[in-house]
Amino acid sequence: MLSLRVPTPTSFRRLHAGRSRLSRDCLISYSPSFVNRGVRLRVRSTKSEVVFTPTEEEEEEVTLPEELQPELMPKHVAIIMDGNGRWAKNQGLQPWDGHRAGVEALKEIVELSGRWGLQVLTVFAFSTDNWIRPRIEIDFLFSLFERSLKSEFQTLAKNNVRISIIGDSSKLPKTLLRLINEVEEATKNNTRFQLIVAVGYSGKYDVLQACRGIAQRVKDGEIDVDEIDEGLIEQELETNCTEFPYPDLLIRTSGELRVSNFLLWQLAYTELFFAQELWPDFGRSGYIEALMSFQQRQRRFGGRKS
Amino acid sequence: MAELPGQIKRMSGGIKQLLEQIFGFSRRCLFRIISMGPIPNHLAFIMDGNRRYAKKCGLEEGSGHKAGFSALMLMLQYCYELGIQYVTIYAFSIDNFRRQPEEVQSLMDLMLEKIKSLLEKESIVHQYGIRVYFIGNLALLNDQVRAAAEKVMNATAKNSRVVLLICIAYNSTDEILQAVKKSCINKYTYNIEASGSYKHEDTDSEIEAKDIENQEKKIQLVDIEENMQMSVAPNPDILIRSSGETRLSNFLLWQTGNSQLCFPAALWPEIGLRHLVWAILNFQRSHSYLEKRKKQL
Repeated sequence: MLSLRVPTPTSFRRLHAGRSRLSRDCLISYSPSFVNRGVRLRVRSTKSEVVFTPTEEEEEEVTLPEELQPELMPKHVAIIMDGNGRWAKNQGLQPWDGHRAGVEALKEIVELSGRWGLQVLTVFAFSTDNWIRPRIEIDFLFSLFERSLKSEFQTLAKNNVRISIIGDSSKLPKTLLRLINEVEEATKNNTRFQLIVAVGYSGKYDVLQACRGIAQRVKDGEIDVDEIDEGLIEQELETNCTEFPYPDLLIRTSGELRVSNFLLWQLAYTELFFAQELWPDFGRSGYIEALMSFQQRQRRFGGRKS
Repeated sequence: MAELPGQIKRMSGGIKQLLEQIFGFSRRCLFRIISMGPIPNHLAFIMDGNRRYAKKCGLEEGSGHKAGFSALMLMLQYCYELGIQYVTIYAFSIDNFRRQPEEVQSLMDLMLEKIKSLLEKESIVHQYGIRVYFIGNLALLNDQVRAAAEKVMNATAKNSRVVLLICIAYNSTDEILQAVKKSCINKYTYNIEASGSYKHEDTDSEIEAKDIENQEKKIQLVDIEENMQMSVAPNPDILIRSSGETRLSNFLLWQTGNSQLCFPAALWPEIGLRHLVWAILNFQRSHSYLEKRKKQL
C-alpha cells in the first residue's frame, strides 16, 4: 500500500465527492471532506490499494460545508440562545417545551462546531436577569440543564471536549453545582474543543468579580495598584478558562438587536450577527449563514486596512 | 441683460430658502408625530465610514472627515429638536492612534479646529445650550487639543438643557480599567484607615462584626460605576453605528448592555433623518417590553 504526502492544491477545494475510472482495473475516489488537513484520495485497483493522505496533520475527516472557507473560520463563537419561549407560544406549547427544543438545537450546534474545527463555543444559558422568571420555569430550566449535562457528558468527554461553566454559581441548586464540578474536573484536560456554558452570568458581574480579585491581590501586597492593566483584568475574568477568551463572532437569535449584558469586556471587537429565527429553529442553515456573514467581514480593530 | 445672472442667483437663493423652510416645517411635524411615542433619552453614535465615503466620491483624503463633521452637526440638530437630552459620539479611539501618523495628525488638526469652533457664537452649542463633556484618556492627546477640550468643558459647564459627550482617545476597556483602578485605590485606602481603628486582640464577637464589615468593604457594582467617566450620563437607549459594520469596536461596552443596536448600511456622511427616525421607531417597538422588565428587575 502506497501513501503519498502532497500539499493541497487550491483547485481541490471545490471538489465534489465522486469516483472516476483511471483505467480498466483502477478507480479513484475522492471525498470533499477536508479542512486544512488536506484531501483524502483513495485509489483502488484490483492489484493494490493506494491511499493519498496529502498533509502531515491528523487523518481525521472534517466535513465543512462548501460555502465556508476553512482559513476564515472563527476560533471562538458565542451564542445568545433567544426565543425558546416565543417558539413555544407560536406552536401553542408550554414554555418548557420551548426550552426542550432549545436543548436539541444546542446539541446540533455543539456537534457542528466541533466538526467544523472551532476551538471554543460559548452559550448564554441563563442570565442574572433571568432570575425574575417564574420559579417553576427556573426550576424546570435547572433540572433540564442537569439532565442534559448527565446524558451528554459521556459523549462529549469521549470526543475530547472540555466543558466549562461560568457565572455566579452561588444561587444554583446544590445537585447541579456538584454535577458541574464533576463534569469540569473530568473534562479539564480535553483539548479538541471547549464548550463554555454561561449560567447565572452577566458581563458586569464578571468584571466586578475580576475587580474584587484584583483588589484582593493588591491588599495582599501581590501587585501594586500601578501594575493593574487590561491584561490583568483579562486574567481575572471567568473566561480565563480558555486560551481564546474573546469571541470572534456573537450570534443572537430571535431578531432582538441587543447584547443583553452578555460577555461585556470580551465583546470589544467581536463581530455581531443577529439571526431572525427563534433559537429552536436556528439549526445548521442558520449557523452556516452566520458563519458566511462572518467570513465576509473586514476586521480592522481600529486600525486601517491599507 | 447683464442683470440676468444676478436675478437668477437671487431667485435660486430664494427658492432654496423656501425649500429649506418647507423641509424644516415637515420635519418638525414628523417629530411631533414621533414624540407621541416614547423618545429615547440618550443616543450614541459610532461615526464609521468617512474615509470610504471620500474614496467612493473620489475626494481627497481629509474630505471624508469634513463631510462627516457636517453630517454630525445635522444629526445633533435633529436629536436636540426631537428632545433627546444626551448624545454621545465616538470621535477617536485609542486604537486609532495606530493608524498612519499623517492621518492621525490630520485628524487631530481637524478636531482642534472643530473643538475651537464650538465656542463660537453661531455654533450649535449656543443654539441649543449644550453642555459638552470630553470623555477618554485625555492625557494621550497633544497639549493643544487637550487645552481646547478643557476650555470648552469649562465654558459650557453651566449649560443644562442638553448634553453632548465626545469620546476622544477613548476605549471602553480603558474606561473600565481606570474605574477598576480607582475602586481598588478607594477601597484599599478605606480598608487601611478602617483597620487602623481595630484593637490588637479581637474577641469572637468583634471578629464576627469584622466579617460583616469586610463584606461591606468588598467592591460593589456601584463603586465601579461611579468611577466611570460616562457616569455623567444615563446609559444610551440606542447605539447607532453607520457603514453597516456590526460590531461595537470597544465603545461603551459597559453602558450598552441593554441598548437597542442599529446598524444602517449608509456611510457616516450619508447618514440622514430617515436613519434616525427608523432607529427611534424600532426603539419604540421594544420599549414597553423593556420598561416592564426594568421594573421587574
